[in-house]
Amino acid sequence: MTTLKSESMAVVASADVVRLRQKVRAWTIELNFSLVDQTKMITASSELARNTLDHGGGGTCVLEIVTNGSRTGLRLTFEDHGPGIPDLDLALTDGYSSGGGMGLGLSGSKRLVNEFQIASNVGEGTRVSVVRWK
Amino acid sequence: MERIPILRMGNFLLVTIQVDMHDQLAMTLQEDLTNAIAKYGSRGVLIDISSLEIVDSFIGRMLANISGMARILDAQTVLVGMQPAVAITLVELGMSMPGVRTALNVEAGMDLLRELVTANRMETGDDDS
Repeated sequence: MTTLKSESMAVVASADVVRLRQKVRAWTIELNFSLVDQTKMITASSELARNTLDHGGGGTCVLEIVTNGSRTGLRLTFEDHGPGIPDLDLALTDGYSSGGGMGLGLSGSKRLVNEFQIASNVGEGTRVSVVRWK
Repeated sequence: MERIPILRMGNFLLVTIQVDMHDQLAMTLQEDLTNAIAKYGSRGVLIDISSLEIVDSFIGRMLANISGMARILDAQTVLVGMQPAVAITLVELGMSMPGVRTALNVEAGMDLLRELVTANRMETGDDDS
């Protein structure tokens, strides 16, 4: 996978989630995503950014336009240095929530993207990377 | 502080969400609407989200909460104008918004609201005449 364009954004306040949504919208439009695909990617970015903020204590999101030769897509990588997730399988279960939410953040956004990777170490932080192809 | 305006029209309250809401704004709306229902004795709430380009689980939960709180305060809520792409995404996300009444547009929503309020009155035997 080659990166054609990349930008990093801080996710440390609720206003950053709104800013990120707007940036993701602009980038998906630039990539000519259909309206439904735009909406899915923006919604996934909103869920994951809120996780970074609420559970990770803030962090960063790197937006990248990537290509694997035949396709281009948008990759978002969220990284925080929060407490980490002790049980990833549990965290990815629909309806499981460690906060006061619906428990749809991780499991729901996974369904909205084409590729989903998560790595987490207790005491070190969490990194979630998602790709949606055009 | 930034707020989403709530319009009062007879027994009903109307809200049009036209901005990309950050979380605090959504919480404030939930509080303001609940207070307005109690203050004015409103029987119905119409929420127009036709300008909303996304509804994530947080905003979805806020909308479901408003509907639930309104019901406890004896008011009906109808959500109108959801964009098709938003509906597709919400269902895929896993939010089916149980208990939230919806209509395609404001006009259909007002009709539904009037019906619901009338039906509710007949059921509870609360007749104004």
